[in-house]
Amino acid sequence: MLSFVLRRVLYTLPIMLGVSLVCFALVHISPGDPLVSILPPDASVELQEQMMAIYGFDRSYPEQFLRWLGLALQGDLGNSIATGRPVASEVFNAVGNTLILAITATIIGFVLGGLFGFVAGYFRDSWIDKLATAISVIGVSVPHYWLGMVMVIIFSVELRWLPATGAGPGGSSQWVWDWEHMQYLILPAVTMSVIPMGIVARTVRALVADILQQEFVSGLRAKGLLDRGVLAHVIKNAAPTALAVMGLQLGYLLGGSILIETVFSWPGTGFLLGQAIFQRDLPLLQGTILVLAMFFVILNLLVDVAQTSLDPRLQRG
Amino acid sequence: MPDTAANITELAKIERSHGYWRSVWTRFLRDKVAVCAGLVAAGLVLMAIFAPWIAPADPLDGSMIKRLSPIGTEGYPLGADELGRDMLSRLIYGARLSLFMGVVPVLIAFAIGSAIGIAAGYLGGWVNTITMRTLDVLYAFPSVLLAIAISGALGAGILNGLLSLTVVFIPPIARVAESVTTSVRKLEYIEAAQASGASSFQIVRQHVLGNVLGPIFVYATSLISVSMILAAGLSFLGLGVSPPNAEWGLMLNTLRNAIYVQPWLAALPGVMIFLTSISFNMLSDGLRSAMDVKQ
Repeated sequence: MLSFVLRRVLYTLPIMLGVSLVCFALVHISPGDPLVSILPPDASVELQEQMMAIYGFDRSYPEQFLRWLGLALQGDLGNSIATGRPVASEVFNAVGNTLILAITATIIGFVLGGLFGFVAGYFRDSWIDKLATAISVIGVSVPHYWLGMVMVIIFSVELRWLPATGAGPGGSSQWVWDWEHMQYLILPAVTMSVIPMGIVARTVRALVADILQQEFVSGLRAKGLLDRGVLAHVIKNAAPTALAVMGLQLGYLLGGSILIETVFSWPGTGFLLGQAIFQRDLPLLQGTILVLAMFFVILNLLVDVAQTSLDPRLQRG
Repeated sequence: MPDTAANITELAKIERSHGYWRSVWTRFLRDKVAVCAGLVAAGLVLMAIFAPWIAPADPLDGSMIKRLSPIGTEGYPLGADELGRDMLSRLIYGARLSLFMGVVPVLIAFAIGSAIGIAAGYLGGWVNTITMRTLDVLYAFPSVLLAIAISGALGAGILNGLLSLTVVFIPPIARVAESVTTSVRKLEYIEAAQASGASSFQIVRQHVLGNVLGPIFVYATSLISVSMILAAGLSFLGLGVSPPNAEWGLMLNTLRNAIYVQPWLAALPGVMIFLTSISFNMLSDGLRSAMDVKQ
C-alpha cells in the first residue's frame, strides 16, 4: 500500500509541473502587451521598460517560468494588474466561497443521484428505472447556466421565495451558516447539483445492477439472507466506486463553477475568473486557474489513494 | 429452447445476408428514442442551413419601440429581444453559429486526436509513453476550466473559441484512440500482416483504421453534447461569439438583464441549447448500442 501511494505521488509530480507550465503559458499565448491595461497609452518607453522589468517580462521564457514557479511555491502568485492587490489573497478568499457551494452541491447531487441510481439498479427495467435514466440523461445534457436562470425565474422572479444573486444580505461577503445566508446558497447549490446527480445516478445504477448479477449475491440469497442483508452487501461493494465518482465530481464542480457563479453572482473563484477575463487581468486569470487545477490534481490523487485503500482489488502489482 | 435456437439461426442469417453497416442501421431503426433524437438533430441542422428561407425577419434588424415585446406579440411570435429584434428569427439563425461552434471543435479534435492516439497506440513503447503523459497534463484540467482558461487568455472571438474547445477535446479522444488501437495491435491478423512484410503505414491503413475509427467516432459523437453546452457557455461569459451575432449562448448573456421584465423570453435561447444537446446525446447513445461499442 505504501509503495502504491508513493508511486502515485511520484506520478503526480510531473503532472503538476506540466499543469503549472500550461498556466504559465496562458499569459504568453495572449495577444498584445500584458501591461497594456495598466499603462497609459502615452507612456514613455522608459516607463514601459521599467514596468516590464518590475513584472519580469523582459527576461527569457525559461528564466521567467522558473522565477514564477519559485514564487508560486512560496505562495506568491503576483499582483493583480487591475487592482494591484496580491492574487494569492484574492484567490484564497474566493476559494472558500466556491468550496461552500461545490461541497453542498456535491452532497445534494450524491445523495439524490445515489438514491435514484440505487433504486433504478435494484428494480431494473421498472418505471422507476426508466425515470431515473431519463433524469440522468437530462442531468448531463442540460446547460446548467440556463437551468440557473430558469431557477431564478421560478423561485425569485415569479414566486419571490429566494434571493436571486449574491452570497448574503446586503452584499455581505463573509459567509455565516445561518438561514439569512443559507437561503442565498439554495438556488446555486441545487442548480449545480444537477451535474453530478446524473453522473452519480448512472454510475450507481450500473454498479448495483452489476453487483446483483454476481454469484455471491445468489449465494447470499441461497443462504437464506433477507433482502435487507443482501442490500448491505451491495452497498458495501458499490461504495468505493461511488465515493470515487463523488470525489472527482467535486473536482469538476470546483473547476466548472464559473458559469453558475456568474449567473448567481456568487463571490467565488468563478466570479473572480469572470472579472479577470472581463478586465483582461492575466495574472489573476493565471493564478486562479493554477490554484483550481492544482486542487483538481490533488483531489484526483486523494480519490485514487482512498479508493485503493477501500478496495484492495484495485491495487496493481 | 427451440425458440432460442430458431432465433440464433435467424440472427445468423441476417448477419450473413447483410453487411455490418446494414445490421447497425437495422438495430438503430429499432431504437425509437434514438430515431426521434436523430430526427430532432437533423431538423436543427436543416434549420441552420435554411435559416434565411425559414426566418420571418432579419435577425439583426431591431426596432426600439418593440424592445422586449412579450411572447405572442403580433408579428413577433416569440417576442423581441432587448434591442427589439425578432426572437424567432434570432433563434433560427442562432442555430448556425451555435451548431458550428459546438460541432466543429469535436470534428477537428476527432481528426487530430485519432491521429495522435492511433500513432501512439500502434507504435507503442516510449513514443506512446511520452505522448500519453503529455496529454495527461491537459487531462488534469477540468474541461470547463481549460476551455475558459485558453479562451480567456486568447480573448473573445469565434476562432479563439474554436481553438480552445478543440484543445479541450483532443486529450480524451486521443486516449480512447490509443486504448482501442493498443488492443487491436495485439490481434493475430496484425501479426500476420507484419510477418508478410507489410509496412506500418499499410497495416494501419488497411487493418487498423477500419477497426478503430468506428468506436472512436462513437465516442466523439458523445462529446458533441458537452461541446454544445461549453461553446454556448463561452459566449455566455462574453468569450467566443461577440455581438451582434445571433448565437444562443450570447443571446442568453444579453437577455440576462431582462430577466425581471420578460423572464420567459430571456430563457428561450437556453431551450434551444438544451434541445440540441439532449438530442445529440441520445443519438450518440443509440449509435453506440447499435454499433455495439462497449464503454
